[in-house]
Amino acid sequence: MDIFQQVVNGLTVGSIYALVALGYTMVYGVLKMINFAHGDLFALGAYLALTLFGVTTAASSGSGWLALLVVALAVALAVGAAGLAAERIAYRPLRHAGRLPPLVSALGVSVFLQNGIMLVWGARPRAFQHNLSLEAGLTLFGVRISAMQIIILVFALLLMVALYLFVQRTKVGAAMRAIAVDHETARLMGIDVTRIIQLVFFIGPALGGLAGMMVGLYYHQLNFTIGWSYGLKAFTAAILGGIGNIPGAMVGGLVLGLAEALAAGVSGQWKDAIAFVVLILILVVRPTGLLGERVAEKI
Amino acid sequence: MVGRFTERFSTPGARRAGTALALALALAFPPLTAALVPDNRYYLELGFHFWQYAILGLSLNVILGGAGLYNLGHAAFYAVGAYTTGILNTKLGIPTLWLLPVAALTAALFAAVISRPILHLRGDYLLIVTVGFAEIVRIALRNNVFGLTGGPNGILGIDRPELFGMRFNTPLHFYYLSLFFVVLTVFIAVRLERSRVGRAWNFIREDELAAESMGIDTTRYKFLAFVTGAALAGMAGNVYAGKMTVIAPESFSFWESVVIFAIVILGGTGSIPGIFLGTFGMVVLPQLPFLRGLQDARMLVFGAAMVLMMIFRPQGLWPSRRWSLAVGRGLEEGGPAEGGPAQGGPAAPTRAAAGGGGQ
Repeated sequence: MDIFQQVVNGLTVGSIYALVALGYTMVYGVLKMINFAHGDLFALGAYLALTLFGVTTAASSGSGWLALLVVALAVALAVGAAGLAAERIAYRPLRHAGRLPPLVSALGVSVFLQNGIMLVWGARPRAFQHNLSLEAGLTLFGVRISAMQIIILVFALLLMVALYLFVQRTKVGAAMRAIAVDHETARLMGIDVTRIIQLVFFIGPALGGLAGMMVGLYYHQLNFTIGWSYGLKAFTAAILGGIGNIPGAMVGGLVLGLAEALAAGVSGQWKDAIAFVVLILILVVRPTGLLGERVAEKI
Repeated sequence: MVGRFTERFSTPGARRAGTALALALALAFPPLTAALVPDNRYYLELGFHFWQYAILGLSLNVILGGAGLYNLGHAAFYAVGAYTTGILNTKLGIPTLWLLPVAALTAALFAAVISRPILHLRGDYLLIVTVGFAEIVRIALRNNVFGLTGGPNGILGIDRPELFGMRFNTPLHFYYLSLFFVVLTVFIAVRLERSRVGRAWNFIREDELAAESMGIDTTRYKFLAFVTGAALAGMAGNVYAGKMTVIAPESFSFWESVVIFAIVILGGTGSIPGIFLGTFGMVVLPQLPFLRGLQDARMLVFGAAMVLMMIFRPQGLWPSRRWSLAVGRGLEEGGPAEGGPAQGGPAAPTRAAAGGGGQ
C-alpha cells in the first residue's frame, strides 16, 4: 500500500469533511448549538445532485462541465434554502429555550430529513451517474491523482478560502464574528442578529450540500444514511479543529481525512471507528481542539 | 388542561389507585385480547416490546431525567447486557436467567469505565461522546472483537430462560416475564427517586453549581446515575437475548438510542408515567394494525413530532412535577435549569485548563 497514495486519498476525503465541518462550526459559532441535522442536509445535497445529474445527463450530450456548474449552483441554493427552512421552523422558536430543546429539535429535523430522503429516493443504495469525462489525471512520483480528486480539492479549497475572506474581510463577516462573541451586544451595535443567523444557516448547508454532491461524484454511490456517518465525522473534524473556529474546521477535516486513510491502510474494518476514537480523545483530553482558542470559554 | 389533570393525578392516593389500575390492566391484557381476537400472539409480542422499551426508557430516565446527563448512546449498555448473556450462555452453557445479574453487572462496569473520563463534559458534548462510544461498541461487535461477538451475524442459539424447570418459550410467557421486570424496574426507579441519591440527582439536574456548593459530590452522583441506568439496561439486554435467541450488532444501532432518548423526552423527562406514554407513542402506536400503513413514514412523523414537542410542549406529554417547574422557570430566565450551572459549575476547572492550553 503506497503511503503517498493514501495521503492523496485522505486529503480528498478530508477536504469534503472540512466543507461539512464548516457548517457545524459556523452554526455553533453564532448559536452555541450543535446542528444535528447538518449531516442530513449534506445527504440531501448528495441526493439532489443525483437527481439533477440524471436530468442533465439525459438532456445534454457532451458538455458535462457546464452541467456540473449548473447542478452545483442548484444544489447549493436548494440545500441552503432547506437550511433556512429548518432554522425558521425548528430552531428560531427555541433560540431562548436553553440547551436541551434545540438539541432535541435538531435531532428531530435529522430524523425527519433522513427518513424523508429514504422515502423519496429509496432505502437501497443508489448509483450516482454523471457524464463528466474523468479519464484524465496525473501521475506524480508514482502517485496517481485522478481528475475528480483534483476537482474536489481545488473546488473545496476555493470555497474555504472564499468563506474565510468573507468572514474576515467583509462587514457581514464582522457581524457574524460579533454575534459569535455576544448576541446582545451585537444587537445593540445595530446588527440584525436574526438576519445574520439566517445567513449562517444558508451558507453552512449550501457548503454541506456541495460536499454531498462531491461525495456522490467521488464514490458513484449513495446510501440514505450517509448524512449520519459523514455528519458525525465532519462534526469530529469541527471539534478537532476547535468548534466555532473556521480555519480550525478546515484543518480538522484534513487531519481526520488523513488519519482515516492511513488507518484504512492498516485495518479497513476499524476505519469507521477512528473518527469516534479521535472525537472522544479530543473531547476528554483537549476539548478546545487543535486550533480552538475561541471556544476556551464555552466548554 | 393536561397540566391540571396530571396535577390532580399526582396526589398520593390517586397515584396509588392509578398504579393499581394500570397493573391490573397489564395483567389482564393477555386474556382480554384473547377474548377479543382469535389469535392474540401479535398483541402479546407487541406487549413484550412495549415492556422492553419501557424498561429501557426507565433506565435511561435515571441518567437523563434523574441527573440530567444527556446520554444518546444508551443502546450500548443494552448491547453489553445482551452480548454478555449471549456469549456466556453459548460458550459456557450458563442458563440465561442466571446471567441476568451478570449482564447487569457487566453493563454497569462498562458504564463505569467509559463514564469516568467524560462526566465533566457539558450537556451537548456529553451527548456526542455517548454517541461515539455507542458507535465504537457497535463497530467492535460487527468486527467480531476478541473472536467472541460473531461479527455481523451476531450470536445464534441462545437458550431460552428457564425458571424452576419451566421454559419460557411462548409470547405469553415472555409477556409476563417482561412485565415482571417492568414492575421491578419501576419499583427501583421510585425508590431511587425518593431516596437521598435521587434527591441529589434532582439537585444536580436543577442547579449543579448550587448542588456542589451544598457539599454534594456531583461527580460521584453522576457516575452513580450512569452505572445504575446502565445496569438496568443490561438487565433488559439479558431478557432480549433470551427472547430472541439471536442477537446482532444492528439491533443496537444509533436509531435504537434515538428511540429510547425520544421515549424519555417525549413522555416527559423524569416522569415514570411519562415514560410509559412515550413508549406507547414510539413503539406501540406505529405497530397497531390500523396504523401500519404508516410504517414507512413512522420515523418521519416522529422527527416532526420531536420538533413540535420542543416548540409547544418541551416538558413532555406527562411531565414530572419538578421538571415542569424547572422548565417553566428556566424559560423565563432565558435558559432551562441546566443552562446556568453548566457554564459555571463543573465546567470551571476544564475551562481554566483549556484556557491555559489555548494560549
